[in-house]
Amino acid sequence: MSDGGEELDLRELDDGELVRQIQDDLYDGLQEEVAEGVEILLERGWEPYRVLTEALVEGMRIVGVDFRDGILFVPEVLLAANAMKGGMAILRPLLAETGAPTVGKMVIGTVKGDIHDIGKNLVSMMMEGAGFEVIDIGINCDVDKYLAALEEHRPEILGMSALLTTTMPYMKVVIDTMIERGIRDDYIVLVGGAPLNEAFAEAIGADAYCRDASVAVETAKSLIARHHNRLVAARA
Amino acid sequence: MSAPERVLLIACGALAREVRALLAQPGFAHLDLVCLPASLHNRPERIPDAVRARIREARGRYRRIYLLYGDCGTGGALDRVLAEEGVERIAGPHCYAFYEGLETFAARAAAEPACFYLTDFLVRQFDTLVVRGLGLDRHPELLPVYFGNYRKLVHLAQTDDAVLQAEGRRAAQRLGLEYEYRFTGYGDLAAFVERAARRGEDGTADPGVLAGHTGPGDRPRRP
Repeated sequence: MSDGGEELDLRELDDGELVRQIQDDLYDGLQEEVAEGVEILLERGWEPYRVLTEALVEGMRIVGVDFRDGILFVPEVLLAANAMKGGMAILRPLLAETGAPTVGKMVIGTVKGDIHDIGKNLVSMMMEGAGFEVIDIGINCDVDKYLAALEEHRPEILGMSALLTTTMPYMKVVIDTMIERGIRDDYIVLVGGAPLNEAFAEAIGADAYCRDASVAVETAKSLIARHHNRLVAARA
Repeated sequence: MSAPERVLLIACGALAREVRALLAQPGFAHLDLVCLPASLHNRPERIPDAVRARIREARGRYRRIYLLYGDCGTGGALDRVLAEEGVERIAGPHCYAFYEGLETFAARAAAEPACFYLTDFLVRQFDTLVVRGLGLDRHPELLPVYFGNYRKLVHLAQTDDAVLQAEGRRAAQRLGLEYEYRFTGYGDLAAFVERAARRGEDGTADPGVLAGHTGPGDRPRRP
């Protein structure tokens, strides 16, 4: 979206222009420029949470829409994600310090036998941008690793990812083990990955299938509200 | 041979050369082949509709239609289209699996998950589909994002070709991976094409009969 013309001094832009420029730079995958824009907004007294939501998350939302519509392809999305990572590196400690609202907590990992993590990493980043605390336990995760992470971090959400038809059945192993141990209903279980679909998620007993990172965020927000309501009702 | 006697194979463009080689053998003269662009793999969600359009375009002109595609990341959407259209496809999630044999591939992939696979087609098209397709020519910094978790490039070879082996090895070097060569031949693809050619000729099961099939309410009869 940049016109490639003469170099732009971000400090000369007013807040609205700067936010739009950060979104443009995010779209173009320009990590250094995004980081610089974030720094400038913070210097101007913006709350970290406002920088995150208005500049970065909105920028990634536009990227997500254009990916869905076939305007952007995977490389561009990854570059945009990398640029967002640059902004998040600055904002993350500040968000913790300033007590920015946390929507919930999620443990996420790619299942045993599967080393693919591009989709999982995108989901992690978008969830974090949406105000979730994300604990990414990596790739090739067996049931013990998932359960240990649930025990340690006590999240509301467990996310599992798989790219292969041969590895996606392992999600059921994890869910069945949670059932055996009587903890299944303590968590929202979200699953995703190219070979999955809604029917599979339902069949294995997950709460929802998320076809992409944006859907994962929306689904998580919606289910966590219900989860909280249920907990409140249970305590009443 | 009149048109309704003919059999149509709709295939992924990534299989075109191999299927053509099979069809060049005696006994397959009644089989026609049409291919969809291999580049559809970059947007797998578009494969089911593209396949449906080809099936409908051909319906009525062929005695049977078969599909040579894996699920190819459509999340089962391709199989739902085929169930609606009454068309059978070769079994398997992708061409790597049906070239090597479904069980063998699954077992080896489980034992060694950090493998990136190329067929002969993908070795030939490596620069176009992998390097340029993934944007590595413009953004080499994405290499670890895509391939950081892989250890080995496995070349599943359909033909015994020293030049392709050398190209496969170069592809592995380009990605910073070890190289392994596995000759698979045409694997399950050959058996499926053979079956598609023979099915119904001896009065056996003929689930691919499609002449006049118009949709879900008009499924081919199964004995």
